[in-house]
Amino acid sequence: MTAPAIRIEGLRYAYPDGQVALDGVDLTIAPGERVALLGPNGAGKTTLMLHLNGVLTATAGAVEISGTPLTRKTIRDIRRRVGLVFQDPDDQLFMPTVAQDVAFGPANFGVTGAELASRVHAALETVSMTEHADRSPAHLSGGQRRRAALATVLACEPEILVLDEPSANLDPVARRELAETLATLSATMLIVTHDLPYAAQLCDRAIVIDRGVVVADDAISAVLSDAELLAAHRLELPWGFVVPAR
Amino acid sequence: MGAGHSHPLYRDGDSPLHRVPAEVKIVALLAFVLAVVATPREMFWPFAIYAGIVLVVWQVARIPLRWILPRMLIEAPFLVLAVLLPFAEGGERVAVAGLHLSVSGLWAAWGIVIKGTLGVAASLTVAATTSARQLPLALSRLGVPGLVTSMLVLMIRYIDVLSAEVSRMRMARISRGDSPRGLHQAGAIAKGVGALFLRSYERGERVYLAMLSRGFDGRVPELADVGAGPRASAAQWVTTLAPAGVAVFAAASAWVLQ
Repeated sequence: MTAPAIRIEGLRYAYPDGQVALDGVDLTIAPGERVALLGPNGAGKTTLMLHLNGVLTATAGAVEISGTPLTRKTIRDIRRRVGLVFQDPDDQLFMPTVAQDVAFGPANFGVTGAELASRVHAALETVSMTEHADRSPAHLSGGQRRRAALATVLACEPEILVLDEPSANLDPVARRELAETLATLSATMLIVTHDLPYAAQLCDRAIVIDRGVVVADDAISAVLSDAELLAAHRLELPWGFVVPAR
Repeated sequence: MGAGHSHPLYRDGDSPLHRVPAEVKIVALLAFVLAVVATPREMFWPFAIYAGIVLVVWQVARIPLRWILPRMLIEAPFLVLAVLLPFAEGGERVAVAGLHLSVSGLWAAWGIVIKGTLGVAASLTVAATTSARQLPLALSRLGVPGLVTSMLVLMIRYIDVLSAEVSRMRMARISRGDSPRGLHQAGAIAKGVGALFLRSYERGERVYLAMLSRGFDGRVPELADVGAGPRASAAQWVTTLAPAGVAVFAAASAWVLQ
């Protein structure tokens, strides 16, 4: 049996001021799975995401990526294998042009020359941004910026893609286009979101966390049909939305 | 959204000066400004030559006077200082239109005004024909250390983001009946500045986390070349440096003839 893409055991994290953000999280995600990470504001979703590539270091517990435990020695390799797409594209895009921004990640991991150029080209093509390669991120629309931010991570060729609120602040068309792009990717995917229909569209499984612990972990249709569970954790389906049968 | 779409000092165009790689323009600007500053202020003819050079370059770059002259007002605060000098300085006095002015003060004021104006004119010419995007590559080609260019890159990028944030905060204040001109509102503005500082700080942290996540380890990779234009040809170096060369020659002659 192959090692799980993500394995988290007893993960605890307290902020420097003592506030506990994660209070013993256990979860396992198999390679190729697309999982939604749901939960109300302040549940610890983003904190959990920042542990997956060692940007935050756990107070207790262990994180394993494809069988490799996250330690000081493996952190570089794990950052290459786990790609984080942040909620605000302005946090992710900082170079003068989109192409340079996309090249930043792979260049840090030692990719150079023709290989770097082809990585940049492929990543931009995947998100349909090739024509905007030499524009400044400041001149892009919200949807284009989001796709550019995704490309900066795809260029690192991660095995696991973690997206924080990918549909936030997008107009309906940009939201759909991003979903179509994401659906073509084969990487294991963890989507942190409040947008339940988006989760239903893209994911097969949902994990609900609240107050730093996992409170539900099941097929997405089962989680979204459980009105009591959703209500207990400040989640609800938008008006008129019916969970489609799978 | 789309803040900073066109920088007020940049004039979009396709003149020969726009096409020259930025590093050449930076070197030419530096040489020209040094020549202007080094010229003895007691000579008048070299400054006429410098002004002529600037006017010719504006022609070549297709920069109309009515576009660039208002932008030169950026210099105004320095001119105020220069105007005060003839009154404030001591020493020998001369009567001009009933005012007793200091001779050394007049010379100092003339020096500041003419050298400042020529420097601003030359800098605006480079700014008008060079987009901010080209600067980091130009500086790294000129051998400026990566740390400095990457700080510049971050600054250029986030000044736009921050100014958009400032204008959003301002609109939100005005929408709630704030009149930014009222003195009693100074407290609200001060708190706004504090809030902006905190937000910028938090944004800085998030940007850093996003950089770490893409393998950043403190060393900035050489990326300025990605999607960059070709290096300047020898012909471009020669033609672009020619006006600065004339200026340097004029400055040298002024010293010899003095």
